[in-house]
Amino acid sequence: MSKPIHIIVCGSLVPDPLQTLEPVVTPQGPGLKNENMLPSVLDPWAACALYEAANMVKQRPGSKVTLVALGPKAKLQQLMMTVAQKAPFELVAVNAPAGGFTDAAETAAELAKAIRSIPGLDLSSVLLFGGCASASRDQGVTLQFVAETLGIGEFFMAVDELKLADDDSFTVLERVEGGKYLSSTCAGLPAAVGWATGSLPEPPNNPQIGMMNMRGVMPALMKAPVANVGVGGMAYEKTEVSSAKRATRIVKDMPVDQIAAEIVEWIRQ
Amino acid sequence: MNIKAFTLDSIEGTYAKDVPAFAAALKGAGADLVLVPGTSRVRRAMPAAAMRSGAAIDVNVVDVSVEGEKAVVSRWAYRQRIFCSFSRAARPWVVATDPALFPEICAKLGVTPEPLDCGQQGTDAATRTKCNGLVSAAGGGESTIRPDAKLLFVAGAGWTKKQADGASHLPEAAETITGFLAKSGASLGSSKSLVDMPEAAQAFSFMSHMNQVGQTGATPRHPKGLATCCHGEEPHVVGWRFISERRAVNLDANCGWAQGKTDVLYVADAFAVMKKVNELMS
Repeated sequence: MSKPIHIIVCGSLVPDPLQTLEPVVTPQGPGLKNENMLPSVLDPWAACALYEAANMVKQRPGSKVTLVALGPKAKLQQLMMTVAQKAPFELVAVNAPAGGFTDAAETAAELAKAIRSIPGLDLSSVLLFGGCASASRDQGVTLQFVAETLGIGEFFMAVDELKLADDDSFTVLERVEGGKYLSSTCAGLPAAVGWATGSLPEPPNNPQIGMMNMRGVMPALMKAPVANVGVGGMAYEKTEVSSAKRATRIVKDMPVDQIAAEIVEWIRQ
Repeated sequence: MNIKAFTLDSIEGTYAKDVPAFAAALKGAGADLVLVPGTSRVRRAMPAAAMRSGAAIDVNVVDVSVEGEKAVVSRWAYRQRIFCSFSRAARPWVVATDPALFPEICAKLGVTPEPLDCGQQGTDAATRTKCNGLVSAAGGGESTIRPDAKLLFVAGAGWTKKQADGASHLPEAAETITGFLAKSGASLGSSKSLVDMPEAAQAFSFMSHMNQVGQTGATPRHPKGLATCCHGEEPHVVGWRFISERRAVNLDANCGWAQGKTDVLYVADAFAVMKKVNELMS
């Protein structure tokens, strides 16, 4: 008989990948032009972690998912309008700047503090989930910092598959070099898992789940503590957008044989 | 500035054993700046090891310059969209570079890498994890991910779409793609939309999420890249940052590739073009 588990997912917002980003200098350090106006999405890898967590707790009656999100409160509220419809979870929010230029160690310290504040938390039966890196800072270090701070001694990076057995042991596949997976078996919880894409598609919006989640989301946002997260010990010298725009040659109406010959010649060069 | 560089040969290891071993090595090194290649094993355990040993750490670094006691590192933020350079006063400072650039960065700084000694600290550490070994992501078949290939061949969702006869031709598409990979020795990439399709997962068993290039996928380094049946949207193209020469075959002359993201865009049917390419390469 399997026991209920508690999956804590760390995940925050990132600018919608279709938006044009322009770095600017602010009194707090580098930032993005019109950052507060940019539409946001849940960090893609963290979203995969959330969907995997939601799927896993379905198999374990009594289990739950807590989403711990650090970001500007107003933007988190906007984000929750869509994310809350995807999967059932409880929200723990931290009102702090989130972006590609903030320090991972400061972010991790606030996340760990927020996790410790979860009422009735039993760290011995926790799976700590997150993305293998964020689409903003893209360092892939925050989750390890959080695990280390919480004393979680087992960590798996860039995971695409996790099979949890009834006795809480599990097998994971971690992405490694050369298109291979490293398969490992862990004897039990607690453990931290940085997800890659996993294998689940994005769940469709479910307004009923959204309504249920929002009952807890709004109070969680109301009481979100303010945290001071900045650039930490980094002294930025330069932030710039790559200007490498290519002079694309658009080839129309060329016969297939000629295109193929041109491609083969280019490959062989 | 005292700079040391370490390499790590094996990719197998467990976090619980690697963290104390790496932390001991960092402390033992007594260096101001420690360079390591950002392999999967390093990226998994080095952040916690740095924290445990009181060091700062930055990952995915693409350049390091040192002047006197000041080091400046460069890396991309927002998934290859914003390039930034910064320094830190904290010492020691662990810098995990892009693995492909590690030899170049070490040579530039005049540092000879040494093998990282995992020592007794790692052996003695308790862990609940057991490594079972490496598994091919290609489901038992030959791997289609070839990091050393000169060409990246990217397949997009268009390969699954209905063709002129009103039907999709998945087995034919699979044969054309695998035929090209066999003849060219290219590495296979994919758009997210293709690897997310259940029908593609079935027909293209040689492809998995590991092949995905872009925002939530890989950012491979190959001298050349050929995109087929893929629209070149920004979330995908951020994964092409380090592909030097780019060509694309697509039926849409106004697709993302046409907006300055490729060197040449052939407006043509990729099915027909790639079949002919396969013939010519035979």
